[in-house]
Amino acid sequence: MNTDAYFTEVSTTKICELLKRYPLASDYLANIRLGKINHDLTLPEALLDVDEDILEEFGLTRDSVVLHFCSFLLAFSQNTELNGGISSITILGGQDKSGKPEQIEITVVPGEIVSIVGPTGSGKSRLLEDIECLAQRDTPTGRQVLLNGAAPDDERRFATGGKLVAQLSQNMNFVMDLTVREFLEMHAKSRMTTDPAETAERCFVCANTLAGEKFTPETKVTQLSGGQSRALMIADTALMSASPIILIDEIENAGIDRREAIKLLANHEKIILMSTHDPLLALRADKRIVIKNGGIAKILVTTETERQSLNHIQQMDEILQNLRNHLRKGDTITMEMIPKMEDNYVGTL
Amino acid sequence: MKLITVAGPPSSGKTSVILKTIAHLKVPENSVGVVKFDSLTSFDHLRYDEQGIPNQTGFAGKICPDHFFVSNIEDAVQWGRRKGLSILVTESAGLCNRCSPHINGILSVCVIDNLSGVNTPRKIGPMLKYADIIVVTKGDIVSQAEREVFAFNIKEVNANAQILFINGITGQGAFLLAKYWQDTLDIDTLKDRKLRFTMPAAICSYCTGETMIGDTYQMGMLKRMEFDNE
Repeated sequence: MNTDAYFTEVSTTKICELLKRYPLASDYLANIRLGKINHDLTLPEALLDVDEDILEEFGLTRDSVVLHFCSFLLAFSQNTELNGGISSITILGGQDKSGKPEQIEITVVPGEIVSIVGPTGSGKSRLLEDIECLAQRDTPTGRQVLLNGAAPDDERRFATGGKLVAQLSQNMNFVMDLTVREFLEMHAKSRMTTDPAETAERCFVCANTLAGEKFTPETKVTQLSGGQSRALMIADTALMSASPIILIDEIENAGIDRREAIKLLANHEKIILMSTHDPLLALRADKRIVIKNGGIAKILVTTETERQSLNHIQQMDEILQNLRNHLRKGDTITMEMIPKMEDNYVGTL
Repeated sequence: MKLITVAGPPSSGKTSVILKTIAHLKVPENSVGVVKFDSLTSFDHLRYDEQGIPNQTGFAGKICPDHFFVSNIEDAVQWGRRKGLSILVTESAGLCNRCSPHINGILSVCVIDNLSGVNTPRKIGPMLKYADIIVVTKGDIVSQAEREVFAFNIKEVNANAQILFINGITGQGAFLLAKYWQDTLDIDTLKDRKLRFTMPAAICSYCTGETMIGDTYQMGMLKRMEFDNE
């Protein structure tokens, strides 16, 4: 539908009917202090009763408010289809900090996980940044990022600005003073979900399976612990975010079930790039990008042996997790609590 | 010379966004300058000096910052031209949330931050509503969902603007803004151009220095509130 079609619709339809068709319209009217106009009339009719001075304060006239409203409806009707249809991203090498070329090319498809490893300050964030802005050999690294095998044109780059990529970082604070339920419903509404309450509930249940300690839908988001808010964010990103690419920045200290978290995201057919120092996460990825001196030094495919070692790593992780739980409960740590470590590993180290 | 107006509430990150964006511009040194419009005091010139960016600061003092801006902007443009700048950026704080330095045909940027509360986009007036590009800062401190909800609330107020997320500390995202700056048209003067929105109406006795309270001291343009009479 175009603006003309909306114009015809808005000119001939009662406001109460428009509000049923486009629930967001009530926000629009409230924003320009027109929340209380007569809903049994059409918008142009109802506007005749409105003091022009009020409209003027918003830089509008009786005529322009109708057009403005139509472009509002148009903007939100297009919103949902912006990012569909990403079947792969490809990174073509640029150069490292000393100008040495990166001889690499890597393609990632939805459902695939790529981990990024390298010392702090080596350039991991810069790689994530290149992906976020769909670099076209015009960022300091000289890398190029292709969508579905082709270079996105400027229009696409700008149109998707910030919407292509969801970023999960270690900082996941909430500043809104809302309960978990209110927050999720608000997000669902902004995603144009047809049933925000149901979507919010699904997301809440999922978040609780990831969180170490459970929380209720009535908990204030600002009162969630670090682990709980990360769990909420990950569930939210997997189930609600429209972004097809997810960049994860070191969530190892997150206090959540990391394996489940990664699985959840991958299951929702997202492209996942994850910077991490955690062997449990790094080896779970399909490929591993090694960063050195600002450049991609190599790309490793996770080997079968590495995958098998995951079992051992997992055991070690469970031992540590177990110790954390004991500490949490106020227990004294004894040697008996770490038997497997003694039996299986000390001799072989 | 290209002109870009950057506006936003105090401490939303305008200076950082401008500095990071300039760093991404592919232009010779000293060819980008900044004019800062402030009301009482400003320390931003120190940060611009540090980076060797030509800059000027003007203080509105007791004049409405909006009116101060519009009566000085053409001189700012001519200063930029004399300096041989290829890009001039003006920075102003939307002090009453109505200040809107946006001019027809001139790329206009509004900077707001994620920490300012979810309903803030609705409360900021023409500065946000008439901007071409809305830059959202401090996204690294809040969750992805909160960023999305915030962006949605912006879209509700200004459906046509491009929304960019920029990290003022690392500069992440500034790259795209630099692209927009470089693509904007050159101008020689602002004469006969129009503001996108009217300035706040002024000129009453208090504008001219009256401090006494009461009907007899009130003259000029007044607006009375209506209170319940029950």
